[in-house]
Amino acid sequence: MISLRVNGVSRQFNGDPRMPLLWYLRDELGLTGSKFGCGSGLCGACTVHLDGGAVRGCITSVEMAANKNVTTIEGLDANGNHPVQRAWRAHNVPQCGYCQAGQIMQAASLLNQNPDPSDKEIVDGMAGNICRCGTYQRIFAAVRSAATEV
Amino acid sequence: MATIQNISRRDFLKTTGTAGALVIGANFVPGGLVKEAQAQAVASPNLFVSIAGDGVVTITCSRAEMGQGARTGIPMILADELEADWDRCTLWQAPGDETKYDPAGKDGQNTDGSRSTRHHLDVMRQLGGAARKTLELAAARKWGVSSGDVYARHHRVYNSRTGKSFDYGELVDVAAGIKLPEGDIPFKDKSQWKYIGKDMPGVDNFDITTGGANFGADISIPGMKIAVIERSPVFRGKVKSYDASAALKVPGVEKVVQIPHLPDDKPQEFRAMGGIAVIGTNTWSVMEGRKKLKIKWDSGPNRVHSSRTYDNKLRKSAKKGGVVVRNRGNFDRAIKGASKVVEADYFVPYFIHTPMEPPAAIVDANARPVKVWACTQSPNETRQYVSEALGLKKTDIECWQTLLGGGFGRKSKPDYVCEAAILSKMVGAPVRVQWTREDDIQQGYYHTASAHTMKAGLDSSGKVVAWKHSGSWPSILALWNPAQKTGFGIEYGLGMVDAPYNSVPNIRIENGEADAHIRVGWYRSVNNIQHSFAQNCFAYELAAAAGRDPLEMLLEMIGDADNMDLAKDGVKEYWNYGDPVEDWPVMPVRLSNALRTVAKKAGYGKKLPKGHGLGLAVHRSFHSYVATAVHVVVHDDGTFSIPQVDTAIDCGRYVNPEGVLKQVEGAAIYGNTIARYGKITTNRGAVQQSNFHDYPVSRISNSPLNVRVHIVEDFVHLRPCGVGEPGVPPYTPALINAIYEATGKRIHTLPIGDKV
Repeated sequence: MISLRVNGVSRQFNGDPRMPLLWYLRDELGLTGSKFGCGSGLCGACTVHLDGGAVRGCITSVEMAANKNVTTIEGLDANGNHPVQRAWRAHNVPQCGYCQAGQIMQAASLLNQNPDPSDKEIVDGMAGNICRCGTYQRIFAAVRSAATEV
Repeated sequence: MATIQNISRRDFLKTTGTAGALVIGANFVPGGLVKEAQAQAVASPNLFVSIAGDGVVTITCSRAEMGQGARTGIPMILADELEADWDRCTLWQAPGDETKYDPAGKDGQNTDGSRSTRHHLDVMRQLGGAARKTLELAAARKWGVSSGDVYARHHRVYNSRTGKSFDYGELVDVAAGIKLPEGDIPFKDKSQWKYIGKDMPGVDNFDITTGGANFGADISIPGMKIAVIERSPVFRGKVKSYDASAALKVPGVEKVVQIPHLPDDKPQEFRAMGGIAVIGTNTWSVMEGRKKLKIKWDSGPNRVHSSRTYDNKLRKSAKKGGVVVRNRGNFDRAIKGASKVVEADYFVPYFIHTPMEPPAAIVDANARPVKVWACTQSPNETRQYVSEALGLKKTDIECWQTLLGGGFGRKSKPDYVCEAAILSKMVGAPVRVQWTREDDIQQGYYHTASAHTMKAGLDSSGKVVAWKHSGSWPSILALWNPAQKTGFGIEYGLGMVDAPYNSVPNIRIENGEADAHIRVGWYRSVNNIQHSFAQNCFAYELAAAAGRDPLEMLLEMIGDADNMDLAKDGVKEYWNYGDPVEDWPVMPVRLSNALRTVAKKAGYGKKLPKGHGLGLAVHRSFHSYVATAVHVVVHDDGTFSIPQVDTAIDCGRYVNPEGVLKQVEGAAIYGNTIARYGKITTNRGAVQQSNFHDYPVSRISNSPLNVRVHIVEDFVHLRPCGVGEPGVPPYTPALINAIYEATGKRIHTLPIGDKV
């Protein structure tokens, strides 16, 4: 039995402790905002927060989240108005949108740790998240403007 | 074109819950459909726009959304003509049914080929106009005044004599009984457009940024099982034997079944490939189970397909040439008389779409109608292939589109939906098939590999007098005819026979033979990628050989004619993206104009520091004229960065400028992947790459972050052209030409990699 908190709710999990957090969230809890992109920690579509820091849900087991706080895109802000989410809409970032939950979670964690990142720190901080529609320049601009608010 | 009707009081609406609203539908029958479908269309016309008693307008969206902005741009057109308040409009995503939801009647709801705006501008205006007119007539009836005394503005109809007004919602009851007048309803004057031509953010932005948007794998239905499938590493290989005992021991795995391979005489098309499916209760379990399968494969004849040898065959075939697909003047005579002859070979490997969302589909094959939810670009081809897989009629299949996490052409091919259908029938439960990234990269429909031999002659003044392009590639047509050895009209029309060098008096374009050993399919901008690459890079080589400025050279070769008649050059049945050349002619003047525009915007001609270079390329595709200038900095260690990209796009009439900007910004990043990394190779028939570690794509750290898009307004009075794809083809040659300007180094083979 593994205990953890997901978006503020206590959860118990009796399944295989090696199950990746991504599949626990999606298949067991129905939290489908976190996306499956590569299964190998290469693309960032599954990014969630573990005790506030960004991790890749596809290579983080439920066991590794035991007794910790997991935050997904659904729980980032009760009204969807985290400064990063607002900046994403203000810059009209999304195209297909599939990678954006992971991008937003990565950016929120980045700004949490470094509220005033340099250009290079933004690029380095976001380099693990792939977007195939090519929204990078808007992502960059949105992170920059969100940084003034967090 | 559709017959537009007020269908508010039709019986079928009572069962769909829309009774009591104003509903405008279109009744039309696309060509080539069976009688059965026609009867269905007459019985229940589509519901393109309905207005409820509270004034909320529901607009039908019948185009797939894959990031290209269709769910925003297409409804904007209707809302504009309806004089609706955008904030009171909502969308309904139509299921697949070309008898109801293809108002333009041109592509059966297949969202592909950058067609949505150009095929739907007029018909969405007609539908919106019909709804507006009906509301105006209803208001006139309520006031007892003539229709000339009322006008609609921003969700209200006004009485021009009294200044009184009704909200649209207040008019619904009366409007439901209004018969639309015969004949065309005049469109609003362009000066009155409130949304068309103005920036509009994406309608799904809130859902996307809060995790609420539904993509293919996000749909769950009661009793649903999840499946992953191990398929033959070699195209059309077969299972000799398999052992599932270890897989079945994984907790959560319930069944392992075999999807039969296709009979040898059945072409692949979009059918399921066959393989061993692991089915269970959650995705991770079936993925783990799949790893434990032991399968012996019979690789079959395609095991001969190794890039090491195959690529050279393509090169030889391109050199040799073959069928002449365009012939102007006399190339052989002109080349003999030329002062200088230049020759160069180019090569582009296979690549693969890798949308961020790997394919996924849910099918309940045991319900009637069969229910399909899928991230598909083409719901009706999905219905067609699923019905074949299940031995049913197309009308037995209902297909609902989710949002697509990227499409790029991959998701117009519903093989993955067929797999879910077959498995659902086999196990007697709804099934979601989940593709992994490895499946996506190793089992895809690949952008074709191609070789190009270019040859040209210059006269003593440095003018190009003869141009020859000979190319070879395995054809997309091989999906339907495995013995296909040459390309065909559609492929020739993707930037090859329409090479824009209209001032060159002698042109010959040839296509050599190639065998297909893998699924070749279309990919964002398709063959335009390699033709634009070979043409634009070679034009730069010619400028260098002549000692001339490449911009001046390109402008001279293209010229300023307002029409290039390919029929005069022996091009048979020029495809022209499926549209008449009378409506969308090939206009060299628009290419030159785009090129001049981008050169000016990018500051072409300015002296740049050492290691910097500015490269140009220009290409027409999907009727749009796009010129790109890439500014590159090549560092001492050979790595390079791209501080600025300028792209000028002439797409005729456009709807959502913000949408155009985003597509062109994204096209630079998509092109950046092609230029730097795009390379799929095979060994003994099997694809050698598997995930983003060995098939890298552009990241924020190696992408241009300063892509400036310039919408060319000079031809905005002409018909809308494509936007989703045309930004891609000029990017790679512009980058390569920039690297040449920076270093003097010529690149003839893609990809470049991270160092030059």
